[in-house]
Amino acid sequence: MMDFPRWKVWAVTLTILAGILFAIPSLLPASALAKYPAWLPSARINLGLDLAGGSHLLLEADTADAAKQRLQAMEDTVSTELRRNNPRIDVGDISTSGGRLSFMVRDPALVDAAVERLRPLTQGVGLTGTRDWDVEVVDSSRIVLTPTRSGATKALKDAMTVARDVVRRRIDPQGTKEITVVGQGEQRILVQVPGVEDPEALKALIGQTARLEFKLVDLTADAEQVAAGRAPAGSQVLALADGTGAMAVKRRVMVSGDQLVDAKQSFEQTSGAAVVSITFNSAGARRFGRVTQENVGKPFAIILDDKILSAPNINEPILGGQAQISGNFTVESANALAISLASGKLPVKLNVIEERTVGPDLGKDSIRKGAIASGIATIAVIAFMLVTYGRFGVYATVALTVNALLILGIMAIFNATLTLPGIAGFVLTIGAAVDANVLINERIREEQRRGRKIIDSIETGYTEASTAIFDANITNVIAAALMFYFGSGPIRGFAVVLMIGIVTSVFTAVNLTRMLVALWVKRNRPKVLNI
Amino acid sequence: MKLLKLVPDNTNLDFMRWRNLALLLSIILTVGSVVLVGVRGLNLGVDFVGGQMIRTTFAQPVDVEQLRSQVGGLGLGEANIQEFGGPRSFQIRLPKPEGGEAAANRAASRVRAMLAQQYTGARIDAVETVSGKVSEELATDGALAILFAMIGIALYIWLRFEWQFGVGALVTLLHDVAVMFGFFALTQFQVDLNIVAAFLALVGYSLNDTVVIYDRIRENLRKYRKMAIVPLLNLSLNETLSRTIVTALSIMLALAMLLIFGPDVVFGLTLAILIGTLIGTYSSIYISSPMLVWLGVKSDSFVKADDRPGPEGQQGAREPA
Repeated sequence: MMDFPRWKVWAVTLTILAGILFAIPSLLPASALAKYPAWLPSARINLGLDLAGGSHLLLEADTADAAKQRLQAMEDTVSTELRRNNPRIDVGDISTSGGRLSFMVRDPALVDAAVERLRPLTQGVGLTGTRDWDVEVVDSSRIVLTPTRSGATKALKDAMTVARDVVRRRIDPQGTKEITVVGQGEQRILVQVPGVEDPEALKALIGQTARLEFKLVDLTADAEQVAAGRAPAGSQVLALADGTGAMAVKRRVMVSGDQLVDAKQSFEQTSGAAVVSITFNSAGARRFGRVTQENVGKPFAIILDDKILSAPNINEPILGGQAQISGNFTVESANALAISLASGKLPVKLNVIEERTVGPDLGKDSIRKGAIASGIATIAVIAFMLVTYGRFGVYATVALTVNALLILGIMAIFNATLTLPGIAGFVLTIGAAVDANVLINERIREEQRRGRKIIDSIETGYTEASTAIFDANITNVIAAALMFYFGSGPIRGFAVVLMIGIVTSVFTAVNLTRMLVALWVKRNRPKVLNI
Repeated sequence: MKLLKLVPDNTNLDFMRWRNLALLLSIILTVGSVVLVGVRGLNLGVDFVGGQMIRTTFAQPVDVEQLRSQVGGLGLGEANIQEFGGPRSFQIRLPKPEGGEAAANRAASRVRAMLAQQYTGARIDAVETVSGKVSEELATDGALAILFAMIGIALYIWLRFEWQFGVGALVTLLHDVAVMFGFFALTQFQVDLNIVAAFLALVGYSLNDTVVIYDRIRENLRKYRKMAIVPLLNLSLNETLSRTIVTALSIMLALAMLLIFGPDVVFGLTLAILIGTLIGTYSSIYISSPMLVWLGVKSDSFVKADDRPGPEGQQGAREPA
């Protein structure tokens, strides 16, 4: 009766001590933690962006754009591949409408050879045998390439992997910040950056695909035709970035941003305008040198994401592999472009579909007020427990305090993140812990009223209350688990704290208080039970 | 030391006497809430309808009307401006702009620029932009989370008790959630993602309360097999009354402190949980319990359980009282 074996006392005490040990780092200020001995646990609870301040961005790949780009890339590959190899296969009437690439093979005798040559390009890389593109011959001379679903999925997956790296490099070129860039589902990326001052700048960095191309300006184009959006064969009409019109440029890319090794913001020497200085790799430098040499005196267009930034004249061959990009930049926008170019182009256009930014001041304010309010709430509940249950109220208070520390400790172990809804979950859990104590104490009161002896009523109180505690907490676990599974962000933050709290509150309310009561009964052999 | 007893020993309140009146009240509350939601609608935050929310604190008190006309002058659609925790803090909500994400970003920049220009020392505390697509997903996620939590809980109670208890718990939860929606429709407090957490807390708390009372009813059904159901429910409610009140008071005490001293951002959430505690306490007494009468729980509902092996059977057998 009221037996609490020695090993159980040890087990409960050690569990609690371990929990408190893990909770301490989260309660200490960072400066004190630095002096903390290295052999002690130092993992802390992460504060969510809503508490610590920072930006949360959800990016979604523009799949239509990705498909279009993939088709264009295929068009380029097909035409170079067929023209280059021996025998040269002439194609014409290339079209990419309807999500398919179709073209005529001029010499019908070469259709089979063309299909054969396209085979390695259209087959999947893996060993699964699934094709990336379906190849069809229509009307004996037209070849139609249709992207397969598996090919498109794989291409998107690859693109997303690259996009995550690019996004990370753009936000954090030095790799020193604690940022989170993770994939969500097939076409989304979640970015979390703590302590952002200007979310607009952040979005500008990510929003740019940064596909840089140098193309020759088509001087033969008729101004009226260009204004109407029509370009001569082999050329295309592109809009000017400042929105003042359009210009016809040759379709062929002279040099592209893929061949850059570096980009920096700098100032033009004569005018002092903000520009971006770029450095090509050796192949790019050679190519750039050759093209500029061949076209001295002619204008070339600097194109970013299909918009013409500027179209300066080539005054002399540019041989050193260094060039400047000018185009109505501010220092900030030039800097953003430099970072974007240096980090490589995004393989797919990303749209910001959700943004949440909390300023650092609001976060600090929330934490301070939250801590004060939690303190006052705790004192109020403790006072209420003490006047209601006396000695047993003291035990309940000890249990509540340990419970709070255990929750913090377990969250620190799992490196969990505490958010505002998490604080609500915390409060609810403390409520559940209070309830467990109330259930036990009320039951003890009741059993005593029915005329049971002291020890007997305590014992019966604990056993009888435990079924209600058990069922009530299981229902809450079910609710928390379903919340975690179906809910998003904030709901999950709530559910995590709730689940941890349920386990710790049952442990502290049932095991810890029972141990304290058992030890008290054993030592004092009370004659009256004031509860 | 004299201890505080909020509820005197051996109370014998006839709760069930008022059960039909309470039923009427509950029906009026539920139907009224549904109608209120239909007529007034909910003040849905950007999380659920998409659009933008900018929270800002000014260096000096600001005239709302002036601010409203300035934001309105930007031509970004109908802005909703509310005070947020003080005369210097405001929440500006803008509808989802036409023309996709780029337009949304531009709209936020323009409001920011306007605030910086018109009010020196204005501080942007928070910006939230949610696209239509994401807001639909969040709304579905939130609704599913509440729905499945309710069904899962009802199933568990059915397994642990009897089917009548499962149905009783589910009806209680439906009532609670409906009345909570009614509260938000009436007060026009903003419903955002955090409020879903409050709904879930309500479901959890109400269930907790219901289960504690059901547990006592089950125990008494085994103990007093000859007792009629209505007096048995009264007995169970009276026996658990002290616990019901002490627990509800401690939780409301903690929530009230959070409401008064806590950060403004959790005000809506805390208030919702506080209201939820009230609704949950009422419903576990006046819906969960009388539901058992209406669903025809008999005193012998758990007799068979005694013959079954398992923890319930053992306990019932061991406790002849």
